[in-house]
Amino acid sequence: MLAYMARRLAVSIPTLLLISMLVFSLQLLLPGDPALAIAGEERSPEVLAAIRERYHLNDPVPVQYWYWLTGVLSGDMGESIRSRMPVTELILSKLPVTIQLAVMAMIIALAIGIPAGIVSAVRKGTAWDMGANVVALSGISIPNFWLGIMLIMLVSVQWGLLPASGYANPLEDPLRNIQTMIMPAFVLGTGIAAIMMRHTRSAMLSSLRADYVRTARAKGLSERIVVLRHALRNALIPVVTLGTLQLGELLSGAVLTEQIFTIPGFGKLIVDAVFNRDYAVVQGVVLFTGTAFILMNLLADMLYFLLNPRLRA
Amino acid sequence: MKNWQAGLLAAGFIALTASGAGAQTLRVGLQEDPDLLDPDLARSFVGRIVFTSLCDKLVDLGPDLDFVPQLATEWSWSPDNKALTLKLRQGVTFHDGEPFNAEAVKFNIERSLTLPGSTRRSEIAAVTSVDVVDPYTVRLNLSEPFAPLLAALSDRAGMMISPKAAREAGENFSRTPVCSGPYKFVERIAQDRIVLEKFPQYWNASAYPLEGVTYLPIPDTTVRLANLQSGGLDIIERTAPADLPTVRGDSSLKLEQATSLGYQGITLNVGNGPRADQPLGKDPKVREAFELAIDRNIVNQVGFEGEHTVGNQPVAPTNPFYAKSVPVPERDVERAKKLLEEAGHGRVKVELMTPNAPDSLRVAEVIQALAGEAGFDVSVNATEFATGLDRQTRGDFEAFLIGWSGRADPDGNIHTFVSCKGGLNDGKYCNPKVDEHLNAARTTTDTATRKAEYAKAAELYLADRQRIYMYHQNWFWAMTAALEGFKPHPDGMIRLEGVSLKK
Repeated sequence: MLAYMARRLAVSIPTLLLISMLVFSLQLLLPGDPALAIAGEERSPEVLAAIRERYHLNDPVPVQYWYWLTGVLSGDMGESIRSRMPVTELILSKLPVTIQLAVMAMIIALAIGIPAGIVSAVRKGTAWDMGANVVALSGISIPNFWLGIMLIMLVSVQWGLLPASGYANPLEDPLRNIQTMIMPAFVLGTGIAAIMMRHTRSAMLSSLRADYVRTARAKGLSERIVVLRHALRNALIPVVTLGTLQLGELLSGAVLTEQIFTIPGFGKLIVDAVFNRDYAVVQGVVLFTGTAFILMNLLADMLYFLLNPRLRA
Repeated sequence: MKNWQAGLLAAGFIALTASGAGAQTLRVGLQEDPDLLDPDLARSFVGRIVFTSLCDKLVDLGPDLDFVPQLATEWSWSPDNKALTLKLRQGVTFHDGEPFNAEAVKFNIERSLTLPGSTRRSEIAAVTSVDVVDPYTVRLNLSEPFAPLLAALSDRAGMMISPKAAREAGENFSRTPVCSGPYKFVERIAQDRIVLEKFPQYWNASAYPLEGVTYLPIPDTTVRLANLQSGGLDIIERTAPADLPTVRGDSSLKLEQATSLGYQGITLNVGNGPRADQPLGKDPKVREAFELAIDRNIVNQVGFEGEHTVGNQPVAPTNPFYAKSVPVPERDVERAKKLLEEAGHGRVKVELMTPNAPDSLRVAEVIQALAGEAGFDVSVNATEFATGLDRQTRGDFEAFLIGWSGRADPDGNIHTFVSCKGGLNDGKYCNPKVDEHLNAARTTTDTATRKAEYAKAAELYLADRQRIYMYHQNWFWAMTAALEGFKPHPDGMIRLEGVSLKK
């Protein structure tokens, strides 16, 4: 197991390098001069020259890549062209926000998705099942940005219950932190809950048909124990994998949701950096996201391994 | 449900939904996150809104576009207009306690001229040296007469930062800016907020009732308005025209507006490379037909619910420098068709490049329809903004729908765009007679003479139609009805003098 993990980690380093090279070459395809985008109305030749000089924009891309790579290897991802903030600092300051949002969204998703999946599998074909499927289908089809704006209009503007957007540091103002995070977490969570529900349902259906469940029933165990202890345990394996992968996606930034609720997290960082042609930030973010995905995949494999006794044999 | 559970739930719900009682801190919704909070490096319009409360300037701009004292109490030009002497306000301190005086002004002007990457250098390039006449008098010596200098000093080039803080912070000054304005810097969280608090030692502190101001960048206009409506913000800038009916229909909100200093229009490529070599670029008659085909009122109506101000010059009709001798032309399709015929064309193809923002696309489509009736086949080419700027600079365009946020002095809206060697003259228009008038307007400080020179220049370049000016954006500030004392300014800034929140 450990050897397997070590091999997997070793493979991920060239993967990350490849990703970073790809990002650098993609920049070449992007039309438009980043110095122009950054300078905006102040685009006098000397300002443009100063920006290009400071950020090596005049150098050929392989040279720029070399600057970037040697920086990264010494723990420096460069500075934002727009704000001159160190990229590492930007990412680290946005990360806790997105982690909190992702965890809250995941809790909401699990709390809704798994019970709903169980109920609709156990009561297959009933109104319960139909209802849960309709809800899940709408959860998957309703775009987050639409649901987000509707929630803001209803909960914040009409009812005046929660702030429409913004963010507060949980250490300074925990109450306001929850107030501002609950709606975006809900929007994100419901989308994932729907996927969770569908997966839980189909996994439960196949476990309920399995031999060990029939055996459990034959032993005279109560239906509750059969469903929750025997069937659910096995059904959860693929759901856990799905959950960790979804978490990886959440960490890479709930782009639209953060944009709508003005949550200063990773997703907002990405969008703003792309719009501002802030290459240094885009590169740092991509590298970071790649790493997060690889680690999450690894975590999913480990959990799978731990949950499924057959793999351990 | 057990009683204690219900109680806990209710308590939790009340706690969760109760909004915190705000002190007298103003929450301002901005359209974007500002870039660098260093007046000598800053590049964004939105950053100037924050600077307005953070950094005092030598001169300020009044609501009627007149210059009023701020850190300089009076100023005078030398007889040959090659030196500007400023008398400074006494008893002013920077936020770090350092004194403001003539030495500080000298330091600041020299920093603007020499800091690597300074975005201010071109605005005050005429300054050759700064003399400290006495501790509170400073003289700026110029290489040539340059009347727009005063306007530059009423903006970021005239913002004074603490020399000590600037020397100590070096490159990092923008992260903890130290100025002498009514509010001082507390913290900034990128893409989230900029917090300022009242500076008690400010020379005019009693005129600023608010204890602090927090700027929150919220790019989505609908969400920005929703925050205002739900009480999360007190004032928002750049409210979208489409949202104005909502603001007007909400009794808990107020609306203020001012016509901007800038303009929106179409830049035509008349001399920048091979793409200028087409009927619209080559023939002023075709350009005249194009302008006559466009109805500015329809553009304003369809694009912006009629909420902006139509115009045909680099300054709005409300501006003192608007040339009354060249009024906004009426649409005349018949004459446009005739002009095309005279110029020897059937239908003329035009590629109109436009930023890919919904507003611009709407305007481009209106122009397409209007110009089509007169004989122009306009193809709209929506381009991402930075790409559009790039193509414009390289001359890879025929017509580009673009604007300018505007400057206090008309020179800042005209000279660099239409003079032969102007830095932003991307259509490469050149008429030496226009240059003569524009340069003459720079060298005199007499307003009447300047107005006359700008009018003469306008008559020439508007006839050449290298740019078709269409409308001027209006600034719309929506705010809670509890906000008192806000005065709209044409530069789009939010000045907090006399502004308070009624409890």
